[in-house]
Amino acid sequence: MSLLTPDPGLLFWMLLCFLIVAFILGKWAWPAIVGMIEERGNYIEESLKKADEANAALAGIKAENERLAAEAKNERVEMLKEATRLKEKIIDDAKTAATAEANKIIENAKESIQLEKDNAVKEIRSQVAELSVNIAERIIRGELKSNESQIDMINKLLDEVNIAKS
Amino acid sequence: MSQSIDTKKAGKIGKIAFGILLVILGLLGVAAFTSNSESEEKGELNIKEMIFGHVQDAYNWHITTIGDKHISISLPCIVYGQNGLDVFCSSKLGHEGHYTEYNGYKIAEEGNYAGKIVEVSTGKRPWDFSITKNVVSLLISCALLLIIFLSIAKKYKSNGFCKPTGLQAVLEPLIVSLNDDIIKPSVGKNYKKFTWYLLTVFFFIFINNLLGIIPIFPGGANLTGNIAITFVLAALTFLLTNIFGTKAYFLDIIWPKVPKWLKFPLPIMQFIEFLGIFTKPIALCIRLFANMFAGHVMVLVLVGLIFVFSQLSVGVGLGFSVVSVLLVVFMSLLECLVCFIQAYVFMTLSALFIGMAQVEEEEE
Repeated sequence: MSLLTPDPGLLFWMLLCFLIVAFILGKWAWPAIVGMIEERGNYIEESLKKADEANAALAGIKAENERLAAEAKNERVEMLKEATRLKEKIIDDAKTAATAEANKIIENAKESIQLEKDNAVKEIRSQVAELSVNIAERIIRGELKSNESQIDMINKLLDEVNIAKS
Repeated sequence: MSQSIDTKKAGKIGKIAFGILLVILGLLGVAAFTSNSESEEKGELNIKEMIFGHVQDAYNWHITTIGDKHISISLPCIVYGQNGLDVFCSSKLGHEGHYTEYNGYKIAEEGNYAGKIVEVSTGKRPWDFSITKNVVSLLISCALLLIIFLSIAKKYKSNGFCKPTGLQAVLEPLIVSLNDDIIKPSVGKNYKKFTWYLLTVFFFIFINNLLGIIPIFPGGANLTGNIAITFVLAALTFLLTNIFGTKAYFLDIIWPKVPKWLKFPLPIMQFIEFLGIFTKPIALCIRLFANMFAGHVMVLVLVGLIFVFSQLSVGVGLGFSVVSVLLVVFMSLLECLVCFIQAYVFMTLSALFIGMAQVEEEEE
């Protein structure tokens, strides 16, 4: 039965064609394809590894950054505290200085006021004395028109002096 | 949501259509019985010849016959016989039914060489290197293989590490899985020496199987269902296995590690092992041939059944054609699967046989 007996012509063509195709593909197609796929696989693997490394490095940098930021924050807080302290001190100093100054000014004022007052009082006194003298002069001048009244007056004054003496 | 309603609707319509189909079939059956008596004898139908005409090699590529007119592609015949080398067109020898003689050659109608070119005077076969239907199909598939894989290789070179596109993307997973999951583990560490053969074998068988189930030109030739083709492939596996076989592999055949009585006075194991060298590739050869051949025959039988039933009556023929077409569609889908499986099996087993011959000396 011809079904199971291979035909020599077809055997020949098959062997020829298949070997040529296998040779060509084996030389130019398969190595290129399989090689490229493998290379790409390696490349992807390497890239992933690199990406992982980069991520790790990035995480390190981030942590470092965070540490620096925290440090800076602390420093800032410290500085703020210092500044506040300084400010308070300055204000206190200023306050005490101002109080002292004010006291001094008040003292001076008080002194000058006292002085002025004393002067005023002196002046008033002298004027009052002058006025009284004048008034008394006029009164006396009026009252002492008659001799009798002048003697009365002298007596009275003498009495007064005597009383004061005794 | 609307999609699910659509599919439900489609399912309903499908069910209704199927019901109508059944009714029509039933009616046809009734019609068939009633018209049975009126049917008249048609021309003799030879299913066996039809089937074998389709699955076997031919000197011309017959496409169809309209009325009495044969539409076919005539192919060159190259023979070396009684009067030296002869090259002529296959149409010179006539076509099926009425063969003519040409230059002392004719196509034998019966006997061992039925359907082949023989010498008229002696009835013997000359050396026949004709470009037959199968050879043309072989050339087409080889050209396809070269075009597909060389273009892909070129794309890999130009594309660099970019995402694969087009045909490259379709074939890459296949190539990768064959190379990584079968060739590497089966053959072992020397796998690079054999990838050219194994990958070529896989795609050669696969593409020819697929071309085989396309019913019209340029497909339809039953190339992988031809024993010559599978024989060459199996022989190459055999040669690669034994030429590159290691010392340990041959030692295991001559002096296998079994109880002594199995190998000493009577070389029973040696005999079995020696036989095994040949049975393995022969099994490869027969398996591929038988599977593809059977698939083709099955489809042809199912189509042929239409005509067999038409002989009973037109009604039965029509009725059965529906069933037959459904079955042929089913068979063709199954064949698509078989196309892949057979290529896969052939390559896997080849890889395993080659791998078995790559064993290293075991340390004891």
